[in-house]
This record gives sequence, structure tokens and C-alpha cells, in this order.
Amino acid sequence: MEWDWDFVWQIMPTLIEGVKITILATVLGSALAAVVGLAIALLRRSENKAVARSVGFAAEFIRGTPLLVQLYFIFYVLPDVGILLPPMVAGTIGLGLHYGTYAAEVYRAGIDNVPRGQWEAAKACNLSARQTWTHVILPQAIPPMIPALANYFIAMFKETPLLSAITVLELMNQAKSVANTYYRYVEPMTLVGAFFLVISLCSVVLLRWLERRYGRVER
Amino acid sequence: MPAPIIKIDAISKSFGAFKVLDGLSMQVMPGEKLALIGPSGSGKTTILRILMTLERIDAGHIQIEGEQLYHMERNGQLLPADERHLTKMRQKIGMVFQLFNLFPHKSVLDNVTLAPMLTKGTPRAAAEKRAFELLDMVGMADKAKNMPAQLSGGQKQRVAIARALALSPKIMLFDEVTSALDPELVNEVLNVMRRLAAETDMTMLLVTHEMGFAHDFADRVLFFDGGKIVEEGKPDEIFSHPKQERTQSFLKKIIAAGHRV
Repeated sequence: MEWDWDFVWQIMPTLIEGVKITILATVLGSALAAVVGLAIALLRRSENKAVARSVGFAAEFIRGTPLLVQLYFIFYVLPDVGILLPPMVAGTIGLGLHYGTYAAEVYRAGIDNVPRGQWEAAKACNLSARQTWTHVILPQAIPPMIPALANYFIAMFKETPLLSAITVLELMNQAKSVANTYYRYVEPMTLVGAFFLVISLCSVVLLRWLERRYGRVER
Repeated sequence: MPAPIIKIDAISKSFGAFKVLDGLSMQVMPGEKLALIGPSGSGKTTILRILMTLERIDAGHIQIEGEQLYHMERNGQLLPADERHLTKMRQKIGMVFQLFNLFPHKSVLDNVTLAPMLTKGTPRAAAEKRAFELLDMVGMADKAKNMPAQLSGGQKQRVAIARALALSPKIMLFDEVTSALDPELVNEVLNVMRRLAAETDMTMLLVTHEMGFAHDFADRVLFFDGGKIVEEGKPDEIFSHPKQERTQSFLKKIIAAGHRV
């Protein structure tokens, strides 16, 4: 087995196309997860017990089943009921829903950490429920949870190769296809690992910065 | 004789198996300054929290300016109040908390302007003008741009008073507002409240362990024990000549604990 630099440069453009898709999937998936997570966290606190309980059950269900199975379901099973999604859309929804359920737990903890006195002060100021959430509770709850959310989004990034199972041409899928074309696996797979490592390391630096910036609340 | 601004009629409240208030009735006249004293767990803070709608009552009725607080009158029937009714009623009432409860992510100025801008639609310029007047009154105008974390406890509490005043409530509730303060910071807050009592005709209810302040501040003192009013009267009557044995022993204990009378 020999390392072939010429081969590396030859396949590099294809792999970079894959990296772009991987990053795009992570960003879109993260954005969706952030929204889905907030929605789940808020609905689970709903005064309507039926809503709170069914959302809670759905979230536990999604969290308790593998992402790969969910991706297959969204991409290969939903067409049976007439819902045909492009691979990237299906992948984004899969990542967003799955990690949204994890994000929901982060939101829940963040919201619970806002002292009861803040709710009471909001009421004494006669704010509506909506104003209380948007002006008092969430602005205090979200900054401390940013590092924990970012942590999940880095984890999500490292799970994007699963999208290759539903034909998304992300990094892993591109590497597999060049490997299968040339019957050489060492360079493509090594490069996939290297790409992920470099981006992860950069993300960790960003995460440390986020922790310093938002991790503490002054009261 | 004018009508009472607060009329509490046979209210009860339990926390689990513990009955904090048991059929309590009392009235407060407009402009009256009332001090509620008594041992912890006697229900005095619960009354303020109920008036602020932070706790629901289990039974009884409360009227504010002749209007039901927890009920709505519809076609001659009393129904439980909905959120809209509560919002309307809360406009009449402001509260200052033991632990200040300032919004830590907002500046002093924004703490004071937030509620008027959101709940009354006051334009920012007008809200800030009013906020500066109020902050000036509590001696905090020069800290308007500071964040709450940069303030001492006494300063935070003075801002909290300004915040509560910004909605121009008719009734102000003060819940042990100096209990969490270092002793040397107590007076700056009490001085603000003295001025407030002298300069406004707001109705004020004060729960406190500062007996000396209660004596000077209040028109009437209510001594609570076990969720009931054991004794009430003018400050001199209660503090100098308490009739009930329970009032006497409570005041004795408070003095022994080093509180000024």
C-alpha cells in the first residue's frame, strides 16, 4: 500500500464538493434543530396536557430510534404515501428532527434555570405570556445554553456521513464513489477523516470561545 | 366614608396540606399605608402574592376598586377570571420583591421602560423621560446605563421600586424589600419608601420585619399568625400596647433578635 499524492490532488476537487455539501447539511440541520428544539421545549410546557404529552412522546420516540432508520423512513418510505423529497431536503429534515429532540432537552434545562422570580417580576410588570417569553425568559435562557447546543451541532456534523445512505452527495459519498471508481480506498478515506478532524478541531476552538462568551450569566 | 380599594372576603389558600390562609377577610382604604407583620409562615407574604395574582386562591373573593380580581361578572354570574381580565386588574397593582428580580439582561433604564412600552404602548422617548424622573426620585438616575449586576443590593432594590412605579399602579406591594440587604444598605431603600409614602397617595401594603420602619410608615398595622389577623390597630397601639399575648411574645422575640422597634 502506497500513498499516492497525484491521486490525492486528482480527487481533491470532488472531495471539496462533498465538504461543501457536508457543511451545508450541518448548517441547515442545525438551524432546523434549533427551531424544532425550541418548539418541542415550549410545547412540552403547554398547559394543554394532551399537547404536552403527545409532543413529549413523539420526542422520546425520535430520540430513541436511530437516525439512519429515520433517514430511510423519510427518504424511502414517505414516497409510498406520496411525499417525495429531494435527498438534501430529506437529510436536513432528518438531522433537524433528530437533533431537535436533543436540543429540546438543552432548552428545557436552560428555561428551568431562569429563576422563578423572573416569571413573577414579568407578571408584576403585567407582561403577556408571549412578552414574558420573548423579552424576559428566552433572552436569559438561551445564551448559557449556546455551548451545549453547539456541542450537539458538532456531533451532528460528524454524523452527516449517514446522509450518504440516502444518496446525498456529501463528503463520505463522494469519497466512496471515487474509491469505487479507482479501487483505491486509502487516500479518499484518509482525506475524509482529515477533513472531519480539521473542521471538528476548528469547531472546538469556536466552542471554547462560545463557552467563555456565553457560558456564564451575571445576576 | 369612601369605599375600600381592596376588599378581601373570606379567602383561603393551601400549599399541599398546609393551610396558609383560612377564611381571611380584610379591607384597605384608598391611600392607606398598611404594615403586615408576624412570624414566617403566618400568611402575610401570601396575601401580597395573591393580590399580585402570583398565587391563586382556593376560596373566597377579592375586590379591587369594587371589581372582582379572580372572578368576572358575566350576565349576573361570577365566573373564574380569564387571562384578559387578570391583565386588566394587574394594571392597578405593582410589586417590589425581596430578591429584587430585576431583569439581569437589561440595563437599569430598560428595566424601567420595558413594561410601559410593552403593556401600554408608551413611545420610547416618553417612557425614558418618565423612567429618568423615577430613577431620579430613587437616586439612581446616574446609573441608568448600568447593568443590574453592577449594582449593590440597595441600588437594585431602588431600581426595582422605580420599575414598579413606572406603570403608575394604584396599589403598591412591598414584600420584605429590605430582608435580603446588608444592614448598611437598608436605610437607603427605606428612605425612598418614606418619600414615596409622603409624596404620593398610593395605597401601600408592606410586609416587613423592620418594626421601627413599620411604626413610622404605616397608618395601620396588622399582626398575623396562623393565617389569621390576631390583632390590628394604629402603630402605637400595636407596638407600645399590644393587647394579645401572641403579639406581645412575637414583638419580644423580634426585639431579642436585634430588630429595632
